[in-house]
Amino acid sequence: MTSMPVADPLTAALAALAADAPADLGGRIFARWVRVPGPVGDVFVASTERGIAYLRPATAVGDSAERFRAEFQDRQGRPLIPASRPPAGLIPALRTGAARGLAYDLTGLSSFDRDVLAATLTIPSGQLRPYGWVAAEIGRPRAVRAVGSALGRNPVPLLIPCHRVTRSDGRPGDYLFGRSMKLSVLEAEGVDLPSLALLAAAGRRYAGSDRTGVICHPTCPHVRRITAAHRRDFPSVAAAVRAGYRPCRDCRPAPSVQRRTAQSGGSHPA
Amino acid sequence: MTTTGPGGLVERLARDVDSAFPDLVSDYGGVVYTAALRTTGCPADAEDLAAETFLRAYAALRGYPPERIAGLAVRPWLVTILLNLERNRRRMLARRPAHVPLEAGNEPAARGEGPEQRTARHESGDLLAGLLGRLPERQRVAIVLRHIVDLGYPEIAGVLGVAEGTVKSDVSRGLTRLRGLASAAGLEEGPS
Repeated sequence: MTSMPVADPLTAALAALAADAPADLGGRIFARWVRVPGPVGDVFVASTERGIAYLRPATAVGDSAERFRAEFQDRQGRPLIPASRPPAGLIPALRTGAARGLAYDLTGLSSFDRDVLAATLTIPSGQLRPYGWVAAEIGRPRAVRAVGSALGRNPVPLLIPCHRVTRSDGRPGDYLFGRSMKLSVLEAEGVDLPSLALLAAAGRRYAGSDRTGVICHPTCPHVRRITAAHRRDFPSVAAAVRAGYRPCRDCRPAPSVQRRTAQSGGSHPA
Repeated sequence: MTTTGPGGLVERLARDVDSAFPDLVSDYGGVVYTAALRTTGCPADAEDLAAETFLRAYAALRGYPPERIAGLAVRPWLVTILLNLERNRRRMLARRPAHVPLEAGNEPAARGEGPEQRTARHESGDLLAGLLGRLPERQRVAIVLRHIVDLGYPEIAGVLGVAEGTVKSDVSRGLTRLRGLASAAGLEEGPS
Protein backbone atom coordinates (compact mmCIF):
# COMPACT_ATOMS: atom_id res chain seq x y z
CA MET A 1 0.00 0.00 0.00
CA THR A 2 3.06 2.23 0.02
CA SER A 3 4.30 4.46 -2.74
CA MET A 4 7.62 5.14 -1.05
CA PRO A 5 10.61 3.43 -2.56
CA VAL A 6 11.35 0.32 -0.52
CA ALA A 7 15.07 0.84 -0.93
CA ASP A 8 15.05 4.23 0.82
CA PRO A 9 17.35 3.69 3.81
CA LEU A 10 15.60 6.36 5.84
CA THR A 11 12.15 4.81 5.59
CA ALA A 12 13.68 1.38 6.18
CA ALA A 13 15.28 2.75 9.35
CA LEU A 14 11.95 4.25 10.38
CA ALA A 15 10.18 0.92 9.86
CA ALA A 16 12.80 -0.61 12.17
CA LEU A 17 11.60 1.71 14.96
CA ALA A 18 8.59 -0.54 15.40
CA ALA A 19 8.75 -1.98 18.91
CA ASP A 20 7.38 -5.11 20.53
CA ALA A 21 4.76 -4.70 23.21
CA PRO A 22 6.28 -4.87 26.70
CA ALA A 23 5.81 -8.26 28.29
CA ASP A 24 3.59 -6.96 31.08
CA LEU A 25 1.24 -4.93 28.88
CA GLY A 26 -1.43 -7.59 29.31
CA GLY A 27 -1.15 -7.25 33.10
CA ARG A 28 -2.00 -3.58 32.78
CA ILE A 29 -5.11 -4.34 30.74
CA PHE A 30 -6.66 -7.53 32.04
CA ALA A 31 -8.04 -8.26 35.44
CA ARG A 32 -7.86 -11.94 36.36
CA TRP A 33 -10.29 -14.11 38.24
CA VAL A 34 -10.08 -17.21 40.38
CA ARG A 35 -12.52 -19.36 42.25
CA VAL A 36 -11.29 -20.32 45.70
CA PRO A 37 -12.73 -21.62 48.97
CA GLY A 38 -14.11 -18.94 51.30
CA PRO A 39 -15.34 -19.02 54.90
CA VAL A 40 -18.85 -20.10 53.87
CA GLY A 41 -18.48 -21.67 50.44
CA ASP A 42 -16.49 -20.82 47.34
CA VAL A 43 -15.90 -17.25 46.24
CA PHE A 44 -14.96 -15.65 42.93
CA VAL A 45 -12.18 -13.08 43.22
CA ALA A 46 -10.95 -10.64 40.56
CA SER A 47 -7.64 -8.84 40.87
CA THR A 48 -5.66 -6.32 38.86
CA GLU A 49 -1.98 -5.37 38.83
CA ARG A 50 -2.74 -3.16 41.86
CA GLY A 51 -4.49 -5.71 44.00
CA ILE A 52 -7.74 -7.49 44.74
CA ALA A 53 -10.59 -5.60 43.14
CA TYR A 54 -13.78 -7.61 43.45
CA LEU A 55 -15.15 -10.57 45.39
CA ARG A 56 -18.47 -12.34 45.23
CA PRO A 57 -19.57 -15.55 46.96
CA ALA A 58 -20.37 -18.16 44.31
CA THR A 59 -23.91 -18.35 45.67
CA ALA A 60 -24.39 -14.63 45.03
CA VAL A 61 -23.71 -15.03 41.31
CA GLY A 62 -25.72 -18.20 40.72
CA ASP A 63 -22.53 -20.28 40.89
CA SER A 64 -21.61 -18.86 37.49
CA ALA A 65 -18.20 -17.47 36.46
CA GLU A 66 -19.97 -15.84 33.53
CA ARG A 67 -22.25 -13.88 35.82
CA PHE A 68 -19.36 -12.92 38.04
CA ARG A 69 -17.52 -11.59 35.00
CA ALA A 70 -20.54 -9.63 33.83
CA GLU A 71 -21.00 -8.06 37.29
CA PHE A 72 -17.33 -7.18 37.54
CA GLN A 73 -17.31 -5.61 34.11
CA ASP A 74 -20.40 -3.56 34.76
CA ARG A 75 -18.68 -2.11 37.79
CA GLN A 76 -15.07 -1.87 36.66
CA GLY A 77 -15.18 -1.84 32.85
CA ARG A 78 -12.09 -4.00 32.51
CA PRO A 79 -11.70 -7.24 30.60
CA LEU A 80 -11.48 -10.24 32.91
CA ILE A 81 -9.65 -13.47 32.12
CA PRO A 82 -8.91 -16.56 34.21
CA ALA A 83 -5.81 -16.36 36.42
CA SER A 84 -3.30 -19.17 36.40
CA ARG A 85 -3.12 -19.04 40.19
CA PRO A 86 -4.72 -17.09 43.05
CA PRO A 87 -3.04 -13.85 44.20
CA ALA A 88 -0.43 -14.51 46.91
CA GLY A 89 -1.97 -14.69 50.37
CA LEU A 90 -5.58 -14.80 49.22
CA ILE A 91 -6.41 -18.32 50.33
CA PRO A 92 -4.92 -18.02 53.84
CA ALA A 93 -6.61 -14.62 54.24
CA LEU A 94 -9.98 -16.16 53.43
CA ARG A 95 -9.32 -19.09 55.73
CA THR A 96 -8.15 -17.09 58.74
CA GLY A 97 -10.14 -13.89 58.20
CA ALA A 98 -6.91 -11.88 58.52
CA ALA A 99 -6.77 -9.94 55.27
CA ARG A 100 -5.01 -6.71 56.22
CA GLY A 101 -1.80 -7.68 54.49
CA LEU A 102 -3.33 -8.05 51.03
CA ALA A 103 -3.17 -5.36 48.38
CA TYR A 104 -6.50 -3.99 47.17
CA ASP A 105 -7.44 -2.11 44.04
CA LEU A 106 -10.22 0.27 45.10
CA THR A 107 -10.01 2.39 41.95
CA GLY A 108 -13.22 4.24 41.24
CA LEU A 109 -14.37 4.54 44.86
CA SER A 110 -14.73 7.90 46.56
CA SER A 111 -12.18 8.84 49.20
CA PHE A 112 -14.93 8.56 51.84
CA ASP A 113 -15.70 4.99 50.75
CA ARG A 114 -12.02 4.17 50.77
CA ASP A 115 -11.60 5.57 54.28
CA VAL A 116 -14.57 3.53 55.49
CA LEU A 117 -13.13 0.36 53.96
CA ALA A 118 -9.65 1.04 55.36
CA ALA A 119 -11.06 1.45 58.89
CA THR A 120 -13.21 -1.66 58.48
CA LEU A 121 -10.19 -3.65 57.35
CA THR A 122 -8.64 -3.16 60.81
CA ILE A 123 -11.43 -5.06 62.61
CA PRO A 124 -9.95 -8.40 63.63
CA SER A 125 -11.63 -11.70 62.88
CA GLY A 126 -14.22 -12.70 65.44
CA GLN A 127 -14.85 -9.12 66.61
CA LEU A 128 -17.70 -6.71 65.95
CA ARG A 129 -17.92 -2.93 65.76
CA PRO A 130 -20.92 -0.67 65.40
CA TYR A 131 -21.35 1.60 62.34
CA GLY A 132 -20.71 4.56 64.61
CA TRP A 133 -17.29 3.18 65.49
CA VAL A 134 -16.24 3.21 61.82
CA ALA A 135 -17.60 6.76 61.50
CA ALA A 136 -15.57 7.85 64.52
CA GLU A 137 -12.43 6.08 63.29
CA ILE A 138 -12.46 8.04 60.03
CA GLY A 139 -13.06 11.31 61.81
CA ARG A 140 -16.67 11.66 60.60
CA PRO A 141 -18.59 10.70 63.76
CA ARG A 142 -21.90 11.94 62.41
CA ALA A 143 -21.66 10.05 59.12
CA VAL A 144 -23.10 6.84 60.56
CA ARG A 145 -25.66 6.27 57.81
CA ALA A 146 -23.16 7.15 55.10
CA VAL A 147 -20.85 4.51 56.57
CA GLY A 148 -23.64 1.97 56.17
CA SER A 149 -24.10 2.94 52.53
CA ALA A 150 -20.37 2.83 51.85
CA LEU A 151 -20.14 -0.66 53.35
CA GLY A 152 -23.05 -1.69 51.13
CA ARG A 153 -20.81 -0.80 48.16
CA ASN A 154 -17.83 -2.79 49.46
CA PRO A 155 -16.35 -4.42 46.33
CA VAL A 156 -14.37 -6.98 48.34
CA PRO A 157 -16.64 -8.25 51.14
CA LEU A 158 -15.35 -11.03 53.42
CA LEU A 159 -11.77 -9.75 52.87
CA ILE A 160 -12.66 -6.22 53.91
CA PRO A 161 -14.90 -7.45 56.71
CA CYS A 162 -18.05 -5.33 56.46
CA HIS A 163 -19.81 -8.33 58.03
CA ARG A 164 -18.08 -7.37 61.32
CA VAL A 165 -19.89 -4.03 61.40
CA THR A 166 -23.23 -4.16 63.16
CA ARG A 167 -26.04 -1.91 64.28
CA SER A 168 -25.38 0.41 67.16
CA ASP A 169 -28.05 -1.36 69.22
CA GLY A 170 -25.97 -4.51 69.05
CA ARG A 171 -28.15 -6.37 66.57
CA PRO A 172 -26.40 -7.76 63.48
CA GLY A 173 -28.03 -5.55 60.85
CA ASP A 174 -28.28 -6.21 57.14
CA TYR A 175 -25.68 -7.51 54.72
CA LEU A 176 -24.88 -7.31 51.04
CA PHE A 177 -25.74 -10.96 50.64
CA GLY A 178 -28.48 -11.17 53.23
CA ARG A 179 -28.60 -11.30 56.98
CA SER A 180 -28.33 -15.06 57.24
CA MET A 181 -25.03 -15.07 55.40
CA LYS A 182 -23.71 -12.38 57.73
CA LEU A 183 -24.59 -14.59 60.67
CA SER A 184 -23.01 -17.67 59.09
CA VAL A 185 -19.74 -15.84 58.43
CA LEU A 186 -19.62 -14.46 61.98
CA GLU A 187 -20.41 -17.89 63.39
CA ALA A 188 -17.59 -19.37 61.29
CA GLU A 189 -15.28 -16.79 62.89
CA GLY A 190 -16.29 -18.01 66.32
CA VAL A 191 -18.53 -15.08 67.32
CA ASP A 192 -20.87 -16.12 70.11
CA LEU A 193 -24.06 -14.84 68.51
CA PRO A 194 -26.57 -16.09 71.13
CA SER A 195 -24.74 -14.34 73.99
CA LEU A 196 -24.43 -11.16 71.95
CA ALA A 197 -28.15 -11.26 71.18
CA LEU A 198 -28.89 -11.45 74.92
CA LEU A 199 -26.61 -8.50 75.66
CA ALA A 200 -28.16 -6.51 72.82
CA ALA A 201 -31.66 -7.22 74.07
CA ALA A 202 -30.67 -6.02 77.53
CA GLY A 203 -29.11 -2.84 76.11
CA ARG A 204 -25.66 -3.85 77.39
CA ARG A 205 -23.44 -2.62 74.58
CA TYR A 206 -20.08 -2.22 76.29
CA ALA A 207 -18.33 -4.50 78.75
CA GLY A 208 -16.08 -3.15 81.51
CA SER A 209 -13.99 -4.47 84.33
CA ASP A 210 -14.21 -2.77 87.69
CA ARG A 211 -10.62 -3.89 88.39
CA THR A 212 -9.09 -2.14 85.38
CA GLY A 213 -11.69 0.56 84.85
CA VAL A 214 -11.59 -0.09 81.12
CA ILE A 215 -14.58 -0.64 78.82
CA CYS A 216 -14.50 -2.63 75.61
CA HIS A 217 -16.74 -3.80 72.81
CA PRO A 218 -18.23 -7.11 74.01
CA THR A 219 -16.22 -9.05 71.38
CA CYS A 220 -12.86 -7.51 72.34
CA PRO A 221 -10.43 -10.25 73.47
CA HIS A 222 -9.81 -8.36 76.73
CA VAL A 223 -13.40 -9.01 77.76
CA ARG A 224 -12.72 -12.74 77.93
CA ARG A 225 -10.40 -12.17 80.86
CA ILE A 226 -13.03 -10.34 82.94
CA THR A 227 -14.51 -12.62 85.59
CA ALA A 228 -18.24 -12.44 86.13
CA ALA A 229 -17.81 -10.89 89.57
CA HIS A 230 -15.91 -7.93 88.17
CA ARG A 231 -17.79 -7.37 84.93
CA ARG A 232 -19.85 -4.20 84.57
CA ASP A 233 -21.83 -3.61 81.38
CA PHE A 234 -22.90 -0.21 80.08
CA PRO A 235 -25.46 0.98 77.53
CA SER A 236 -23.14 3.66 76.17
CA VAL A 237 -19.57 4.92 76.31
CA ALA A 238 -20.83 8.11 77.91
CA ALA A 239 -22.45 6.19 80.79
CA ALA A 240 -19.21 4.27 81.34
CA VAL A 241 -17.13 7.45 81.31
CA ARG A 242 -19.48 9.01 83.84
CA ALA A 243 -18.89 5.96 86.03
CA GLY A 244 -15.14 6.59 85.82
CA TYR A 245 -14.22 4.10 83.08
CA ARG A 246 -12.02 4.77 80.06
CA PRO A 247 -12.29 3.22 76.57
CA CYS A 248 -9.99 0.29 75.71
CA ARG A 249 -6.98 1.31 73.62
CA ASP A 250 -7.24 -1.77 71.45
CA CYS A 251 -10.90 -1.87 70.46
CA ARG A 252 -11.38 1.91 70.96
CA PRO A 253 -15.08 2.24 71.85
CA ALA A 254 -16.27 5.56 70.45
CA PRO A 255 -18.77 7.83 72.17
CA SER A 256 -21.95 7.99 70.13
CA VAL A 257 -22.80 11.31 68.58
CA GLN A 258 -26.22 12.92 68.72
CA ARG A 259 -27.76 12.26 65.34
CA ARG A 260 -29.56 14.98 63.50
CA THR A 261 -32.45 12.74 62.52
CA ALA A 262 -34.74 11.06 64.96
CA GLN A 263 -34.28 7.72 63.20
CA SER A 264 -31.71 5.33 64.59
CA GLY A 265 -28.89 4.74 62.16
CA GLY A 266 -27.17 1.65 61.01
CA SER A 267 -29.97 -0.03 59.17
CA HIS A 268 -28.13 0.05 55.84
CA PRO A 269 -26.88 -3.16 54.35
CA ALA A 270 -23.28 -3.95 55.12
CA MET B 1 4.24 -5.11 11.64
CA THR B 2 2.44 -5.53 8.35
CA THR B 3 -0.60 -6.95 10.07
CA THR B 4 -3.56 -6.47 7.83
CA GLY B 5 -5.99 -7.86 10.37
CA PRO B 6 -5.79 -11.51 11.33
CA GLY B 7 -8.52 -13.48 9.64
CA GLY B 8 -11.72 -13.48 11.57
CA LEU B 9 -10.70 -11.39 14.57
CA VAL B 10 -13.37 -8.73 14.08
CA GLU B 11 -15.95 -11.42 13.40
CA ARG B 12 -14.98 -13.13 16.63
CA LEU B 13 -15.09 -9.82 18.48
CA ALA B 14 -18.51 -9.17 17.03
CA ARG B 15 -19.69 -12.55 18.30
CA ASP B 16 -18.17 -12.27 21.78
CA VAL B 17 -16.01 -9.33 22.80
CA ASP B 18 -14.79 -10.99 25.97
CA SER B 19 -13.51 -14.20 24.52
CA ALA B 20 -11.80 -12.51 21.54
CA PHE B 21 -10.37 -9.47 23.32
CA PRO B 22 -7.18 -11.22 24.54
CA ASP B 23 -6.39 -11.95 20.87
CA LEU B 24 -6.88 -8.31 20.00
CA VAL B 25 -4.30 -7.39 22.63
CA SER B 26 -1.80 -10.00 21.52
CA ASP B 27 -2.24 -9.21 17.81
CA TYR B 28 -2.15 -5.43 18.13
CA GLY B 29 -0.13 -4.88 21.32
CA GLY B 30 3.02 -4.23 19.28
CA VAL B 31 1.35 -1.78 16.90
CA VAL B 32 -0.32 0.15 19.69
CA TYR B 33 2.80 0.23 21.84
CA THR B 34 4.91 1.34 18.88
CA ALA B 35 2.51 4.16 18.08
CA ALA B 36 2.50 5.15 21.77
CA LEU B 37 6.28 4.99 22.08
CA ARG B 38 6.92 7.05 18.97
CA THR B 39 4.35 9.70 19.81
CA THR B 40 5.27 10.11 23.49
CA GLY B 41 8.99 9.33 23.11
CA CYS B 42 9.07 7.76 26.57
CA PRO B 43 8.70 4.03 27.34
CA ALA B 44 6.89 4.51 30.67
CA ASP B 45 4.35 6.93 29.21
CA ALA B 46 4.01 4.70 26.18
CA GLU B 47 3.10 1.71 28.31
CA ASP B 48 0.46 3.70 30.19
CA LEU B 49 -0.91 5.03 26.95
CA ALA B 50 -0.99 1.62 25.28
CA ALA B 51 -2.78 0.03 28.24
CA GLU B 52 -5.28 2.88 28.42
CA THR B 53 -5.89 2.60 24.68
CA PHE B 54 -6.87 -1.04 25.02
CA LEU B 55 -9.07 -0.33 28.04
CA ARG B 56 -10.91 2.35 26.08
CA ALA B 57 -11.16 0.02 23.12
CA TYR B 58 -12.64 -2.64 25.36
CA ALA B 59 -15.22 -0.29 26.84
CA ALA B 60 -16.15 0.89 23.34
CA LEU B 61 -16.47 -2.65 21.98
CA ARG B 62 -18.78 -3.61 24.82
CA GLY B 63 -21.08 -0.81 23.79
CA TYR B 64 -21.00 -1.41 20.02
CA PRO B 65 -23.60 -3.47 18.19
CA PRO B 66 -22.07 -6.53 16.45
CA GLU B 67 -22.52 -5.05 12.95
CA ARG B 68 -20.41 -2.08 13.92
CA ILE B 69 -17.64 -4.29 15.32
CA ALA B 70 -17.68 -6.50 12.23
CA GLY B 71 -17.06 -3.43 10.08
CA LEU B 72 -14.16 -2.07 12.14
CA ALA B 73 -10.76 -1.35 10.60
CA VAL B 74 -8.98 -2.33 13.77
CA ARG B 75 -5.59 -0.70 13.32
CA PRO B 76 -6.69 2.82 12.41
CA TRP B 77 -9.45 2.58 15.01
CA LEU B 78 -6.97 1.75 17.79
CA VAL B 79 -4.60 4.47 16.59
CA THR B 80 -7.44 7.00 16.65
CA ILE B 81 -8.21 6.12 20.27
CA LEU B 82 -4.54 6.38 21.15
CA LEU B 83 -4.06 9.79 19.57
CA ASN B 84 -7.16 11.14 21.32
CA LEU B 85 -5.87 9.93 24.67
CA GLU B 86 -2.45 11.39 24.00
CA ARG B 87 -3.97 14.74 23.06
CA ASN B 88 -5.97 14.77 26.31
CA ARG B 89 -2.90 13.82 28.30
CA ARG B 90 -0.94 16.71 26.84
CA ARG B 91 -3.75 19.09 27.50
CA MET B 92 -3.81 17.97 31.12
CA LEU B 93 -0.07 18.35 31.49
CA ALA B 94 -0.32 21.82 30.02
CA ARG B 95 -3.03 22.71 32.51
CA ARG B 96 -0.94 21.60 35.43
CA PRO B 97 2.22 23.62 34.94
CA ALA B 98 3.75 22.32 38.16
CA HIS B 99 4.11 18.92 36.55
CA VAL B 100 5.58 20.05 33.27
CA PRO B 101 9.22 20.31 34.31
CA LEU B 102 9.15 16.75 35.65
CA GLU B 103 7.61 15.29 32.55
CA ALA B 104 8.99 17.65 29.97
CA GLY B 105 11.76 15.20 29.21
CA ASN B 106 9.13 12.93 27.73
CA GLU B 107 7.59 15.64 25.64
CA PRO B 108 8.52 16.42 22.10
CA ALA B 109 9.35 19.89 23.39
CA ALA B 110 12.49 18.36 24.85
CA ARG B 111 13.45 17.46 21.33
CA GLY B 112 14.49 13.94 22.09
CA GLU B 113 17.38 15.08 24.27
CA GLY B 114 15.97 13.51 27.43
CA PRO B 115 18.28 11.44 29.61
CA GLU B 116 16.88 8.20 28.27
CA GLN B 117 17.98 9.22 24.79
CA ARG B 118 21.35 10.51 25.91
CA THR B 119 22.27 7.44 27.85
CA ALA B 120 20.89 5.21 25.15
CA ARG B 121 23.25 2.99 23.24
CA HIS B 122 24.53 4.94 20.28
CA GLU B 123 22.50 2.97 17.94
CA SER B 124 21.13 4.54 14.82
CA GLY B 125 17.58 3.65 15.88
CA ASP B 126 17.83 5.65 19.10
CA LEU B 127 19.36 8.57 17.26
CA LEU B 128 16.71 8.45 14.60
CA ALA B 129 13.96 8.29 17.23
CA GLY B 130 15.53 11.35 18.85
CA LEU B 131 15.65 13.21 15.55
CA LEU B 132 12.03 12.32 14.89
CA GLY B 133 11.19 14.14 18.12
CA ARG B 134 12.58 17.33 16.62
CA LEU B 135 10.05 17.45 13.81
CA PRO B 136 6.97 19.63 14.09
CA GLU B 137 4.20 17.56 15.65
CA ARG B 138 2.08 17.25 12.51
CA GLN B 139 4.93 15.96 10.41
CA ARG B 140 6.13 13.67 13.17
CA VAL B 141 2.73 12.09 13.71
CA ALA B 142 2.21 11.66 9.97
CA ILE B 143 5.59 9.95 9.60
CA VAL B 144 5.04 7.74 12.65
CA LEU B 145 1.69 6.57 11.31
CA ARG B 146 2.91 6.10 7.73
CA HIS B 147 6.37 4.64 8.15
CA ILE B 148 6.48 3.10 11.62
CA VAL B 149 2.91 2.06 12.31
CA ASP B 150 2.51 1.34 8.60
CA LEU B 151 -0.94 2.78 7.98
CA GLY B 152 -1.92 3.76 4.42
CA TYR B 153 -2.57 7.38 3.45
CA PRO B 154 -6.37 7.05 3.34
CA GLU B 155 -6.32 5.46 6.80
CA ILE B 156 -4.09 8.19 8.20
CA ALA B 157 -6.30 10.86 6.69
CA GLY B 158 -9.26 9.22 8.43
CA VAL B 159 -7.45 8.92 11.74
CA LEU B 160 -6.28 12.53 11.75
CA GLY B 161 -9.45 13.92 10.19
CA VAL B 162 -7.56 15.75 7.42
CA ALA B 163 -7.37 15.42 3.64
CA GLU B 164 -5.18 12.71 2.17
CA GLY B 165 -3.17 15.33 0.29
CA THR B 166 -2.34 17.07 3.55
CA VAL B 167 -1.03 13.82 5.02
CA LYS B 168 1.09 13.17 1.95
CA SER B 169 2.65 16.59 2.06
CA ASP B 170 3.25 16.37 5.83
CA VAL B 171 4.98 13.02 5.36
CA SER B 172 7.07 14.23 2.48
CA ARG B 173 8.11 17.49 4.14
CA GLY B 174 8.82 15.65 7.34
CA LEU B 175 11.00 13.12 5.54
CA THR B 176 12.94 15.88 3.83
CA ARG B 177 13.52 17.59 7.13
CA LEU B 178 14.42 14.32 8.85
CA ARG B 179 16.93 13.55 6.08
CA GLY B 180 18.55 16.90 6.71
CA LEU B 181 18.71 16.28 10.44
CA ALA B 182 20.03 12.76 9.88
CA SER B 183 22.88 13.87 7.68
CA ALA B 184 23.76 16.68 10.08
CA ALA B 185 23.90 14.05 12.83
CA GLY B 186 26.14 11.85 10.71
CA LEU B 187 23.42 9.37 9.94
CA GLU B 188 23.25 10.02 6.21
CA GLU B 189 24.50 6.55 5.35
CA GLY B 190 21.38 5.09 6.87
CA PRO B 191 21.49 2.19 9.29
CA SER B 192 24.27 -0.23 8.60
